[in-house]
Formats: sequence, structure tokens, C-alpha cells
Amino acid sequence: MPWPLLVPAVVGLAFLVLPLLGLLLRAPWSTLGTRLVQGEVLEALRLSLVSATAATALSVVFGVPLAWLLARTEFPGRAVVRALVTVPLVLPPVVGGVALLLVLGRRGLIGAQLDAWFGVTIPFTSVAVVLAQVFVAMPFLVISVEGALRGADRRYEEAAATLGAGRVTVFRRVTLPMVLPGVVAGAVLCWARALGEFGATITFAGNFPGTTRTMPLAVYLAMESDPQAAIVLSVVLLAVSVAVLAGLRERWVGAV
Amino acid sequence: MRPPALDARLVVRRGAFALDIAVTAAPGEVVALLGPNGAGKTTALRALAGLEPLADGGRLLVDGADLSRHAVERRPIGVVFQDYLLFAHLSALDNVAFGPRCRGVSKHAARREAAGWLERVGLAELAEARPRRLSGGQAQRVALARALAARPRLLLLDEPLAALDAHTRLTVRAELRRHLAAFDGAAVLVTHDPLDAMVLADRLVVVEDGAVVQEGAPAEVARRPRTDYVARLVGLNLYRGTAAGGTVRVGGAGGVALAAAGEEPVTGEVFVAFSPGAVALFRSRPDGSPRNVWPAVVSGFERHGDLVRVHLDGALPAMADITAPALADLDLEPGRRLWASVKAAETRAYPA
Repeated sequence: MPWPLLVPAVVGLAFLVLPLLGLLLRAPWSTLGTRLVQGEVLEALRLSLVSATAATALSVVFGVPLAWLLARTEFPGRAVVRALVTVPLVLPPVVGGVALLLVLGRRGLIGAQLDAWFGVTIPFTSVAVVLAQVFVAMPFLVISVEGALRGADRRYEEAAATLGAGRVTVFRRVTLPMVLPGVVAGAVLCWARALGEFGATITFAGNFPGTTRTMPLAVYLAMESDPQAAIVLSVVLLAVSVAVLAGLRERWVGAV
Repeated sequence: MRPPALDARLVVRRGAFALDIAVTAAPGEVVALLGPNGAGKTTALRALAGLEPLADGGRLLVDGADLSRHAVERRPIGVVFQDYLLFAHLSALDNVAFGPRCRGVSKHAARREAAGWLERVGLAELAEARPRRLSGGQAQRVALARALAARPRLLLLDEPLAALDAHTRLTVRAELRRHLAAFDGAAVLVTHDPLDAMVLADRLVVVEDGAVVQEGAPAEVARRPRTDYVARLVGLNLYRGTAAGGTVRVGGAGGVALAAAGEEPVTGEVFVAFSPGAVALFRSRPDGSPRNVWPAVVSGFERHGDLVRVHLDGALPAMADITAPALADLDLEPGRRLWASVKAAETRAYPA
């Protein structure tokens, strides 16, 4: 074994695994059961799962066509559009939250109109939680699906066209099934990112129990008042993440 | 009068490469585009299908209708691709049903239609199989059924047998011939294999460097090649020369005068062709007729069926087929000088 590679590899692995190990070692296992069934924990967990799933669904509905546009069409400024799509990946989520507030807030560019015409306000609601998650998580899906589309053999789409399929039919019946592993991989990444979302959520949606307090927010809050509770919440998040990852591992690895 | 099933002039420009060929076909006729790799055959096929845009001057009429501006999916043109491109996520049946579905046929009816096509190509029992489970020959037949099920007026086949092993090729070639005969529209197939072209096609169009260099019935092309490429394909020695008084001068200055037999008397620019089997080799200059004998240098040899094919350099580069005992008698090795001759009666001269 070449130690110049082995040593840093082991250090890196330890760095990734030890914190998780610490979490498991310090968890109050004896009182875990009773703490878990407390209303607030279940509430936060339910909100997290529902909002992350909704955010993933929205990301698929809008992100897959966006990825198709980037991978399959030529239009002026496409490079710029792609760069814009990836901005949320590098933007601090808190900044994303501020930006969402400026657009969709009660005095925001669009938010003001929504309020005036429909009496709808988005900030500090569960909808805002989902939107914040979509903002930070959708780029993962778009990037993943675009990569899959670029890697897909376009001659199959040509074959479908010679059989009389228009572009929408080709997309639905040939392209989508071909890139499905990429879509699944992207959706998993997207869901995981949405589940862990903190900065944009707390800025744009606030921290209200039952409506906007997701698991990460609950963990952060608990750290101030009841560290034991924070550990329990963290263990739950860890378990849910690992379970989802393990469940989709086969396809995930096969795709990328 | 009925318009030709296909009347096309395929003009495609891509960087330094330019394709400009005319292809016509009568209803039921099978035309083979034959040519070396990179000649533009596949580009021509893609242009017919609409996968490659036609440049100015291009024309595409199928059954008299101008299709050159139609999108790919609006052309009644079926394609059997070289590696078949069956949809991996659909069963053989659903692959074949794809075309009818796109025509707006209900799922049930499309499947029934597809089952009929699979039956016709002898694969009814593999209807539910995914493409990856099919052998090369089976996949080829599914691809053919899929293309035909879309009810094309023009069928295109890109190297339909190239991906198959020698044994499968034999049976699939015979079946394909039968299916092409049953198809009432025109068919254009692209191949670099002269045998496939001769067996499957009613007419050959030989393409080199983006242009048609020869076309005609397979027998005609095989008998009277007009380029070195075609001559090599059909296994003939071919020379261009000037004919006068029954003698053809080939090989330019320092060339050779051949007494050549033409089906009609020829003068001026002509081709002379003869088979390697007609060439005799001698260690010393043979007596008798002074004509049709020339000095040659052996550049190499190889097995060719039961015979040995000897490659000759010199004034008249040629191939000669001799028997193994003759090889031993002549004590052949590369660089050996000897004499070659061919009987006038075994040569064919025809106008260039």
C-alpha cells in the first residue's frame, strides 16, 4: 500500500465518520423513546419530510424540463443561463433567503402584487419553507439530469423521430426512460439537500413550531436550551438520511 | 405515369466534406449505396431520413411528394439503423408498436399490429423479451419489423448486416431479401460489403468521396467496374488505357499493349478488366504470342480460398491467382522477377 495515499485517505475517512460516531455515542438512548414521541419532535419531523418531498416534486416538475432545455437546445445566452442555474449551489443559503424575501416578501417585487391582488402572503408559512428548499435544492437535480441527458445516446431519439414521434413524445417515451437513473440520482440529492436546508428557511420562512420549524431548525433551537434533545433530533435526521440513501443506493451508484 | 417512388438529389456540406449524389428508385426497387468508409453513404441515408439538412440544390420526392422541408417525424420514411437502436426499456413488442402508437393507434390495436409484424419476421415467441436478451440476428429482425410497422413509403437500411457474425449473416441476409421483396415501397440500403449489395439490391450506386462513380445492375457493375475501388470489391484487375486496332495501351509510357476482347469494337479511352485467375506466371519469358506478356516483380502473396493470390508490381500492377503447386514450382518470394501473361479472350474492354 502506498502510504502517501493511504494515510490522507484514512484521515479523511475518520474526519467524516467520527462526528457521526460521536453523535451516536452521546445519544441518550435510554430516554430516546419518550423524547421521540414528544409532539414537537414528530411535528418537526413530519414538516421536514413533507416539505422536502414537496420541494423535490416541484424540482422534478420544473427542473427536468430546464435540464432538457440546457442539454438539448441551442439559444443565445445558454451559457449564462446555465451559470445562473448553478448560482444557488455556491450562494450562502442565508443570502438566498434574503433574496427570496426581497422578491416574494410582502413588499417584494412579486410578493406585493400577490398581496394586493389575491391577499396571499408567502413568507413565514409552510409554502415559504418549500420554496426556500426548492431554491437551494433544485440546482442539484438540474445538474444531475443535464449530465444524464448529455451522456444519453441521441441516436435513440433520432430513431424515435423516424418512427413518427414528435419532440414531446420522444421526450416522454424515449429520453425520459433513458435518463431515469439520472433523474432518480438528482432527486435523491435534491431531497437530501432540502431535508438539511437551514439558512434560507430561517430567513425566508422563520421559525414557527408546526408551520416552519423543520428538523434542522429544531436542532439549532434545542442546542440553546436542551442539548440532549438536539442530539435526539440529530440522530433521527441521520437515521432518515441513511435509510433513504441506502434504499436508493443501487440506482444512485449505477447512474453516476 | 406514376412518379418514381424516390427521386432525390442529396446535397450535404459539412466542413471540408461535400456530398452530392442523385438517387432514384422505382416502387419495389432496392437500391444499394456501396462505397468505402467515409464516402458519405451514411450521410446520404441521414439526409434522406431528414436527420441531416439538405443544402441548396437538394431535392427529395417520395411518391411525387416533396418531403425536403418536412420534419423527420412527418416523413413516411422508415430506418433500420446499423446497431438497430432498439429502445432498451421496451419489450420487442412495444418497440414494434412504437410506430403505430405514434400514428395515433390505440395501445391495444398497436400491440396487435406489432404482434403481426413480429410473427412475420418469425419472432412471435420473443414478443415480451427486452432487447438486451435478443441475439444480433433477432435484434435485426425486430428493428426491421419496427421500421415496417410505421408503414413507411421508403425504407432505409444502414449496414443492415454489418453487426452480425458470418453465420448469422447468411440466414439474416436471405430473410432480409425476402422481406425487401415483399415491401412495395422503395428501399435504399447502405453497405460496404459487395456481397450484401449484390444479393439484396436490384441496382447499385457506388459512392466515393461524396459523388456517384458508377451505377447499374449488380451484374453490370461486377462485370464492368469503372474505378479501382469497385474492381477491388469484385476482385478484378482493372486498367484504363487507349484502344486502337484491337490493342489497348495501358499503364502510360513504358506501359503494356494488351490484345483485348471487347463485346463491341472499342477505340479511344477504354477500361480493360480481367480476373486474377486469367493471369499466368512464368519464370522465363514464354514463347509464342509476343503480346499480353509483361515483366513483373512479386510484391507479396496470400491465401485466397484454395488458391494463392500473388500481388505483382512493375509496368502493370496486377493480381494473379495460382495454385499452391504452381507457387512451389515458381519458387516465389517477394522481389522475384518473372513474366506474367493473360489471354486476350479472357480480357474485357469497354468504353471509359
